[in-house]
Amino acid sequence: MKIAVCIKRVADSETRVKIAADGKALDEAGVKFVLNPYDEFAVEEALRRKEQAGSGEVVVVALGPAAAQETIRAALAMGVDRGVLLQVDRIPADGLVVAQALAAELKDGGYDLILCGKMAIDDYNHQVGPMVAELLGLPCVTSIAHLELQGNTGVAEREVEGGIEVCEFPLPAVLTTDKGLNEPRYPALKGIMAAKKKPLDIKPTALAVGGLEVLAMTPPPDRKDGRIVGEGVAAIPELLRLLREEAKVL
Amino acid sequence: MTAVLAVLEQRDGALRKVSHEVVTGARRLADAGSGTVEALVLGGGTVSGADQLGRFGADRVTTATHAALGRYTPEGYTRVVVERVRARQYDAVVFPASATGRDLAPRVAARLGVPLAADVTDLGIEGGAIWATRPVYAGKALLKVKLLARPALLSLRPNVFTPVERPRAAAAETAKVDVPERGGRVVVREIKAAAAGALDVAEAPIVVSGGRGLKEPANFRLLEELARAFGGKAAVGASRAVVDAGWRPHADQVGQTGKTVSPTLYVAVGISGAIQHLAGMRTSKVIVAINRDKDAPIFKVADYGIVGDLFEIVPRLTEEIRKLHA
Amino acid sequence: MALRFQGVDFYDADGLLTEEERAVRDTVRAWVDDNVIPVIGEHYVAGKFPTHLVPQMAELGLFGANLPEEFGCAGLNNVAYGLIMQELERGDSGVRSFASVQGALVMYPIYEFGSDEQKRRWLPELASGRRIGCFGLTEPDYGSNPGGMITVAKETKEGWVLNGAKMWITNGSTADVAIVWAKTARLDDPGSIRGFIVPTDAKGFAAKDQQGKLSLRASDTSELVLQDVCVPKEALLPKSAGLKSPLMCLTAARYGIAWGAVGSAMACYDEAVRYAKARVVFDRPIGGFQLQQARLVEMLTEITKAQLLCLQLGRLKDQGKMSPQQVSLAKRNNVSMATDVARESRRLLGASGILAEYQAMRHLANLESVYTYEGTHDIHTLILGQEITGLSAFN
Ligand SMILES: Cc1cc2nc3c(=O)[nH]c(=O)nc-3n(C[C@H](O)[C@H](O)[C@H](O)COP(=O)(O)OP(=O)(O)OC[C@H]3O[C@@H](n4cnc5c(N)ncnc54)[C@H](O)[C@@H]3O)c2cc1C
Ligand SMILES: Cc1cc2nc3c(=O)[nH]c(=O)nc-3n(C[C@H](O)[C@H](O)[C@H](O)COP(=O)(O)OP(=O)(O)OC[C@H]3O[C@@H](n4cnc5c(N)ncnc54)[C@H](O)[C@@H]3O)c2cc1C
Repeated sequence: MKIAVCIKRVADSETRVKIAADGKALDEAGVKFVLNPYDEFAVEEALRRKEQAGSGEVVVVALGPAAAQETIRAALAMGVDRGVLLQVDRIPADGLVVAQALAAELKDGGYDLILCGKMAIDDYNHQVGPMVAELLGLPCVTSIAHLELQGNTGVAEREVEGGIEVCEFPLPAVLTTDKGLNEPRYPALKGIMAAKKKPLDIKPTALAVGGLEVLAMTPPPDRKDGRIVGEGVAAIPELLRLLREEAKVL
Repeated sequence: MTAVLAVLEQRDGALRKVSHEVVTGARRLADAGSGTVEALVLGGGTVSGADQLGRFGADRVTTATHAALGRYTPEGYTRVVVERVRARQYDAVVFPASATGRDLAPRVAARLGVPLAADVTDLGIEGGAIWATRPVYAGKALLKVKLLARPALLSLRPNVFTPVERPRAAAAETAKVDVPERGGRVVVREIKAAAAGALDVAEAPIVVSGGRGLKEPANFRLLEELARAFGGKAAVGASRAVVDAGWRPHADQVGQTGKTVSPTLYVAVGISGAIQHLAGMRTSKVIVAINRDKDAPIFKVADYGIVGDLFEIVPRLTEEIRKLHA
Repeated sequence: MALRFQGVDFYDADGLLTEEERAVRDTVRAWVDDNVIPVIGEHYVAGKFPTHLVPQMAELGLFGANLPEEFGCAGLNNVAYGLIMQELERGDSGVRSFASVQGALVMYPIYEFGSDEQKRRWLPELASGRRIGCFGLTEPDYGSNPGGMITVAKETKEGWVLNGAKMWITNGSTADVAIVWAKTARLDDPGSIRGFIVPTDAKGFAAKDQQGKLSLRASDTSELVLQDVCVPKEALLPKSAGLKSPLMCLTAARYGIAWGAVGSAMACYDEAVRYAKARVVFDRPIGGFQLQQARLVEMLTEITKAQLLCLQLGRLKDQGKMSPQQVSLAKRNNVSMATDVARESRRLLGASGILAEYQAMRHLANLESVYTYEGTHDIHTLILGQEITGLSAFN
């Protein structure tokens, strides 16, 4: 099994969002960056598939700044064999541009499976995986929470509104991973030590211009300050009155 | 003249409610450019509800039919939408950011070579350019983007574009289309349905969510009863703590690693309001919190909070809501 | 699913760490958040060590992590090792104690004083958590002065016969193997102290948990009784020689404790800050009152100093330049500091602070043990006093 996993360096989910001076991006000062949590499911799945097959290779590909080497090494520490960094100054807002660069890198790799997280927790773009599939002409199932592979076909389950879609697909394919697929391992300390000795190929990458222009990043509108209606069951009539008369939702 | 295509969604031959939201969003865009809205729905045959779309502002409704399109098939749907877009030169194509829309829209975008603004919560036209606002960093910031390419592709976050009636006389048509056998290489073999009548938390207009404060799985019965009291409009959600503990299915989880919901009313019961939970529900229109800890962070975002023991409050609240709906 | 701990780092100490050191720290941090924090309160109240965590700790490579890879260990430097201890103790001193004993007090003496055969046999077993060890030095009447011990080992034709009693032995009742220190000649000759690898299922070996502990409750502390315990010749750690051998083990463990204490303090400070911002009294978060701010400032200041102290101590250890007295200073300062931080945090939390649901009181109670074991605070004062003046206050 030869498996590629696309991974992204993202601001940690606890990040306090401060907007940069240009008003268009996150102020990265003091921000902790991590491997995108949804990509962890993809890395874990790739490692398990390789372990089950008893042979093969797991390669991670990240598009990002030089600092994303650390993100790649986090995956190498989990057990991935080698990494590729498509190095750019900054990750563009347009997911298609990212997908084009990734697809160009993956095109001739001969991968049986290409895995991505279903989305990145920074831009919530929800799109790079299926775009890569489309650009490579591969079948794709997104947001999978269960996977079975047999020979050259697979069955994946994905959650849809009010149910679970069971999808059949042939390999090679692109899959994007959701929570529930597996429980990602912690990198063992030996893995962390081994990671720095594994191959990490850095490729300076020129990106297409893209068709999305960021106009502004703004804080979300303030919610009105929370209001405590009262204590215990005694507060229920007032709550209902407010829901009916003030909020008009009942 | 802004020509907008609204790509809709059906299940089992009936239009899904989110389709009205998509038409509403598309109408807003079309009105900003005094244009038209065409709606496209793909199905195995006629789709019930498609003829009603004029009510929400569609000028024309096309049902594209093929035996293989009864259920979503990524490749078949992509092909039909792309062919339609190529044939008609739209300024914008609008999808729902539903499970299907999130799969389909990126494929269409990549095939057309245009960007996609996903999970949009606001949109408009300024100086001839289409813009969209979308939450990033788990809703801790909003990103406003301009879509430079044509057509502009957008997917709309469910429950944000409240359907507005804008009646028009919509021309309806059915067109047989051509797709590969079985719709493509990826085939949806079955849809394992959730319990009958259960609403999905991502789409329900009212969500009643429970956390670790419920103490044990059996106590979620209290929330199910409260949800029922709302007369079929409410779904039961959960915090990650209780999903991880195996009390509730992952499908019900609200938050950063679960679903993002924007219901009209969100009731958080025994949930502390961790930042990752807020990420999934802070855009709800009205938030009610019931928690015995008056310092719980959930009260910071709750429009209305009640401090106290949920085991006393919830049954009484259920009773009162029932009376209201009786 | 607990909240993720974000660290306490006012002076960008992170910037002084290598990427691997940070990665090690972050891994253990996440593991503690996910696996220790959610269960530790209950275990503490029940007086039980969370045994189920041992295989996970082994899997991560936490045992003897600074020993070489050829013995199945992670081969980390001492700063990374220290960061592991810091994060474990941020969870609980009992969990850190377990790792300290296994690594610094059982694996380290085998590595340092053992034969090649002993190292090959025991270290991989201990690293993988398949075997648990304990360290028997302290006796009922000999705590601060272990040189006075009365446990003896007599050489016979087949091996050795051990007799005596040990007390306050962490992991004593759960261990598969004990490193027992005993005198091999006259009782007034601490130079005859040697170490033995004693299987705990040996005839005449008994371990009994000490009851009624109000500190370090999520850790087993036992009394060992050795009555005519026969072990083969190969049980002797051949390179152990005199009191200085167990003291070297203590130096290794104290090094980890100095780091661990910073972890406890961080946990308490973090909790205090959160609480101070959330708790509203007199219509204001208590963090808005000067008195509570002063508390938090004091905590952060002391943590920051202790953190930098540890880091330099670790760098010295990695360069082979660390002295036992430097370790004494760090252990003495940091544990005392952490105890103060835990107490202030506990007080800041008001009544909530006495509950097991919060961490401060548990850490505070734990740290009283840490203050006492591995050389009491007083004893380290004497060691440093001797270092400064050249005059021993012991005798
Ligand atoms: C990367 C990451 C992703 C995450 N993603 C998510 C996510 O998607 N969704 C999510 O929810 N969390 C997520 N979390 C976890 C999150 O940090 C919290 O741990 C979790 O939300 C806590 O769940 P809770 O509120 O049910 O439990 P708790 O925090 O334990 O809160 C229980 C609450 O119940 C109240 N209570 C108890 N008894 C009663 C009673 N009798 N009456 C009234 N109130 C009572 C208590 O006062 C308390 O406020 C994530 C964490 C991380 C690190
Ligand atoms: C929870 C726990 C776990 C432990 N685990 C282990 C273990 O795994 N293995 C092991 O071998 N031991 C272990 N110990 C034992 C620990 O190392 C001893 O308790 C410690 O060395 C102190 O000995 P003591 O209790 O006999 O106190 P004592 O030596 O009796 O000291 C009593 C008091 O007198 C003071 N004092 C002693 N001498 C002097 C002096 N010369 N001048 C001034 N003051 C002095 C001390 O500072 C202390 O305040 C553990 C202890 C505890 C509490």
